[in-house]
Amino acid sequence: QPQQRPWFLCRNEDLKEMLESNKESLKLEAMKRIVGLIAKGKNASELFPAVVKNVASKNIELKKLVYVYLVRYAEEQQDLALLSISTFQRALKDPNQLIRASALRVLSSIRVPIIVPIMMLAIKEAATDLSPYVRKTAAHAIQKLYSLDPDQKEHLIEVIEKLLKDKSTLVAGSVVMAFEEVCPDRIDLIHKNYRKLCNLLVDVEEWGQVVIIHMLTRYARTQFVSPWREDAVFDENSAKAFYDSEEERRVDQSKPYIMDPDHRLLLRNTKPLLQSRNTAVVMAVSQLYWHLAPKHELSIITKSLVRLLRSHREVQYIVLQNIATMSIQRKGMFEPFMKSFYVRSTDATHIKTLKLEILTNLANEANISTILREFQTYVKSQDKAFAAATIQAIGCCATNISEVTDTCLNGLVLLLSNRDETVVAESVVVIKKLLQTQPSQHSDIIKHMAKLFDNITVPMARASILWLMGEYCEHVPKIAPDVLRKMAKTFTDEEDIVKLQIVNLAAKLYLTNSKQTKLLTQYILNLGKYDQNYDIRDRTRFIRQLIVPNEKSGALSKYARRILMAPKPAPVLQSAFKDRDRFQLGTLSHTLNSQASGYLELSDWPAVAPDQSVRNVEVVEPVRLPCIYLVFKDNENSDDSNKSSSSQSEKSSSESDSEKKKTLKNKKPQQQKLDSKDSSPVFVPETSHELLHRMTGKGLSAQYRFTRQPCIYGNSMVSLQLTLSNSTDQALENIHISEKSSTGQNIHRFNAIERLEPQASVTVSMGVDFNDSTQAANFQLCTKEDEFSVSIQPAVGELLLPITMSEADFTKEQGKLVGMNESSATITMTPENVSSQSVNRKVVSVANLGVIPSGQENIYRFSGKTVSSGSLVLVSVVLKDPDAVITINTEKTVMGSMLLRQVKTALTNSGP
Amino acid sequence: MIHSLFLINNAGDLFLEKHWKSVISRSVCDYFFEAREKAVEPDNVPPVIRTPHHYLINIYREKIFFVSVIQTEVPPLFVIEFLHRVAETFQDYFGECSETTIKDNVVIVYELLEEMLDNGFPLATESNILKELIRPPTILRSMVNTITGSSNVGETLPTGQLSNIPWRRAGVKYTNNEAYFDVVEEIDAILDKSGTTVFAEIQGVIDACVKLSGMPDLTLSFMNPRLLDDVSFHPCVRYKRWESERVISFIPPDGNFQLMSYHISAQNLVAIPIYVKQNISFFETGSSGRLDITVGPKQTMGKTVECLVVTVHMPKVVLSANLSATQGTYNYDPVTKILLWDIGKLNPQKLPNLKGSLSLQSGAPKPEENPSLNIDLKIQQLAISGLKVNRLDMYGEKYKPFKGVKYVTKAGKFQVRT
Repeated sequence: QPQQRPWFLCRNEDLKEMLESNKESLKLEAMKRIVGLIAKGKNASELFPAVVKNVASKNIELKKLVYVYLVRYAEEQQDLALLSISTFQRALKDPNQLIRASALRVLSSIRVPIIVPIMMLAIKEAATDLSPYVRKTAAHAIQKLYSLDPDQKEHLIEVIEKLLKDKSTLVAGSVVMAFEEVCPDRIDLIHKNYRKLCNLLVDVEEWGQVVIIHMLTRYARTQFVSPWREDAVFDENSAKAFYDSEEERRVDQSKPYIMDPDHRLLLRNTKPLLQSRNTAVVMAVSQLYWHLAPKHELSIITKSLVRLLRSHREVQYIVLQNIATMSIQRKGMFEPFMKSFYVRSTDATHIKTLKLEILTNLANEANISTILREFQTYVKSQDKAFAAATIQAIGCCATNISEVTDTCLNGLVLLLSNRDETVVAESVVVIKKLLQTQPSQHSDIIKHMAKLFDNITVPMARASILWLMGEYCEHVPKIAPDVLRKMAKTFTDEEDIVKLQIVNLAAKLYLTNSKQTKLLTQYILNLGKYDQNYDIRDRTRFIRQLIVPNEKSGALSKYARRILMAPKPAPVLQSAFKDRDRFQLGTLSHTLNSQASGYLELSDWPAVAPDQSVRNVEVVEPVRLPCIYLVFKDNENSDDSNKSSSSQSEKSSSESDSEKKKTLKNKKPQQQKLDSKDSSPVFVPETSHELLHRMTGKGLSAQYRFTRQPCIYGNSMVSLQLTLSNSTDQALENIHISEKSSTGQNIHRFNAIERLEPQASVTVSMGVDFNDSTQAANFQLCTKEDEFSVSIQPAVGELLLPITMSEADFTKEQGKLVGMNESSATITMTPENVSSQSVNRKVVSVANLGVIPSGQENIYRFSGKTVSSGSLVLVSVVLKDPDAVITINTEKTVMGSMLLRQVKTALTNSGP
Repeated sequence: MIHSLFLINNAGDLFLEKHWKSVISRSVCDYFFEAREKAVEPDNVPPVIRTPHHYLINIYREKIFFVSVIQTEVPPLFVIEFLHRVAETFQDYFGECSETTIKDNVVIVYELLEEMLDNGFPLATESNILKELIRPPTILRSMVNTITGSSNVGETLPTGQLSNIPWRRAGVKYTNNEAYFDVVEEIDAILDKSGTTVFAEIQGVIDACVKLSGMPDLTLSFMNPRLLDDVSFHPCVRYKRWESERVISFIPPDGNFQLMSYHISAQNLVAIPIYVKQNISFFETGSSGRLDITVGPKQTMGKTVECLVVTVHMPKVVLSANLSATQGTYNYDPVTKILLWDIGKLNPQKLPNLKGSLSLQSGAPKPEENPSLNIDLKIQQLAISGLKVNRLDMYGEKYKPFKGVKYVTKAGKFQVRT
């Protein structure tokens, strides 16, 4: 009875017997034991024939274990493996999607070249399966087939192309993975799917997100122009550059940079993922921002990266490496978080070294004293390797920041009397490097080191001191020969590197002070001549020929002094992460600092952007406002009637979107069937309003202007453009809107501006949710030093967004909004306002409304909706010479009456 | 992406291997063993190791090295995050992630690994989905299975896989509907010799245990959401609602999960609950030293500090410690050189003190640096940042759930330099 034995004593014979029994439970037991063997790395290939018979078993667990076995051994037992293929082919047609999918999974995992055609067929079929889960499996199978037979590439690309069009979030990650593996250079396949991928991204599972973000980073670098230009204007909404005052109309007519809306789309849709719990996703978004975002927007990734430092040790390691590379180029990003990089005694050694590296990179004049104080603690650490690394770091700070060079040097000299050898040795080496930059002032230190020389035993340190003596022997003319004398005594006992330096010292002294040292030098050269190490013998021979002239020595000895005593450039102490930025951040290659196989290079920005229209899908929105399709994510018309461009975003309808949709629907059921389209504004006023005068703002002035575009930060927000100018003669730093808002409005702040140069100005955009009320939004505009209370008072006409609809719909809707919802007034028109042009112009200038083409000459109609709640606002002007009747229909009666007043004033006033 | 996985215990025994593509010989691990030896401490093993043909990315968890073999470029965090997810899944299934439990459940482990990766790319990592595909082992089920011959493998595709909310099982039913939230805050701090704060921040998490029937849609709001500096969420949380309204709106997974984690770095907000007066000195002659530590309450918001433990990593030359504690017990391990003083509850009337002498190896020079103290503590019913949950609302279901919130403050990486 095989069951009675402990399972590890089971011989293959017993297992075979169990597999061939008719009892399901015995078979299962046998398979479990076999899986146990596989897990331990034991060879169980002998059982292949017995196992493969059970591939068609009804018991799903047994079947799965057989699959596990098959995938493991099929490669070794190709002929036998073929026996199972027909079972899988049958299972591919099973009505249960899980069975179809797992059949495809196993079939494609059996690495037997003979079944390539079968696999190809199965993949093609599965790619059109109704179940997205099966299609996902097909995407995975593509990579398997490709690695088995690269000749199938062309066919596989066809499948990839098809699957890229898939709208399921389940498939997106897997197919992009296949794309990256099979045809990463076929960027053209992405164009049409770019916007869809951006919009789906939030809903894709975490692992897919990472892959898609990395792919889109590469894509963006080939398709958009660099946002890193000096004069870039980061105006997200307006299609044209905007100047608000005369002085800014620069003579320089070079076109300012305008970010491609698709570029913006990518940045915007990846930003929320910084909040992901998955560290790989956060890192992926961070590297995307690093490689694609305008520099002033980079700061948003800092907090998230610092947060990752709380994660596991391994995560810390990778994140710190990336921060190290970033902090070299942009200190400002991480400086406020300097303390997060303080070392704890419990950190692993590689974590400590990385933190040290980052602290060194962050050091500047302002914070150096804090950092040096922190370093002092580290030098005393029990972990001596770490203490040595700290000394290196001090050396780096000393060379980079000239103000502290002396302080650092003195500190290091103190360390020379430390009891630990490694610390002393490291200090000597670092001091040597520092002294090279300004030797003349430091003969004291050289003398001090000569005194300590007898106590120092670490060869590297001894060699360094000897080199210093030789190099600067003129600064210490008395001591150097004495040191040489001592060394002559101990020459034979020294390490090789020390011996080489003794020879060097002797040569240099011979040239500068031959009277005192001639004999000593000859003695040392003789010792060197018979040394065991041929490097030393070699060096000795060379030096002798060079410095001691004889008939055989050629022309060279004339130049001996110039050769040996040539001024030597000081070594540059630079970060090990200096050149890491050649690799894309977050990649394996970056971690290893060498190109891993399969690394895909990030291309440079193109000088001129390739055609943007390649990304358009079927229906093209009016060119004037290319970004409108991505804005109306959840307005009421995207669900049924308007299948044009807004259908793009609709697909990604995340939970909350659909919810909002529901509430909207419940509120205004009459709007569901309305065939209204959002449209671009008819007229955008150029006038800007003062937000902060330069007198009150201590030189900072701010002006705002309503862009009348849908706000990209939120659907219920009004989009504003803010121009900040610095009229002082000093740069203003860290301009931002304070977190606390005094009134209830929800404000989307612009990203803090790190630095605004004197006389410069910058344009940023922000969004305010006025909640359909003209109540002013009060907030604090802050600089590094000051805070200014400012407020924005919107005109009622700015709280609207234009929509277009047919005349018939307009009348229908108007009919529904009567009674309380209607307000009207009769006015007398000035004659010059009577023309159709001027009525239209007057109305659209006070309110952001769309013009409805009218069949009757004396009736003008305008329609729009409120930004926050999306309530319809209908305006009609009926001319009855010389009077005119203005009627406004809207649920928002307060807004209606305010709007009426404004339209009235506009139409009665003469002038343009 | 991930080619193979090897599990290696602390002693260097390779006890499990799994390959998702062609088999890679276990001899590739020799490079790992080499690095392991060089590192001395397991924590010091570099997470990424390069070999001539492969890259080894490893994590160390619960005394097990998870070593994955990679052949081509891949974001290293992708692999690291995945390996941790594997370890968490084991913990979730077997109660703990240890060599013994893995060996005991090797078949389930294999089935799990098979589902979690396909051709090296993650397939199903949500615990709710995995549990529908492969049922966790229970004593009752294994008995039933042996008698009836039924299996613990699901036959249909988990509904979550296809929906927009892959993290939730369908058809959840409870007789008692309850939702509990634990707000756990850890204080990370470095205090210097004089007791001033060098660095302090709060790391908080909200752990949830939600056992609600059907498809509940929950909204959790805070009294003071502005406190939260930087947050990260479980995928179920709607980013947009947080951005616009500062509320946490979500359809929860079934069972235990971490809803969110947050970070409060503003130093003035971080209260330090205790102070430590210490004096550790080593004498130049006589190879001995003196130690005197007193702990007292500082900003405890009127709560009691519990589970107070002080750990000191002594320099190598310290041979033994002869101390007396006014409260709690102390223990000095001469091998690891760790002095552990378990105080327990902190009594503000009678401050605990540990005093006595240390004897050093004779002849050895006195240590350069005084060892730093690591503090562990716990305060019940308090979130030290002052974060307060305002209310929890449920939509989408009719029943009235039972709701509860608990607050705990702990010491995270809390270090006192001496």
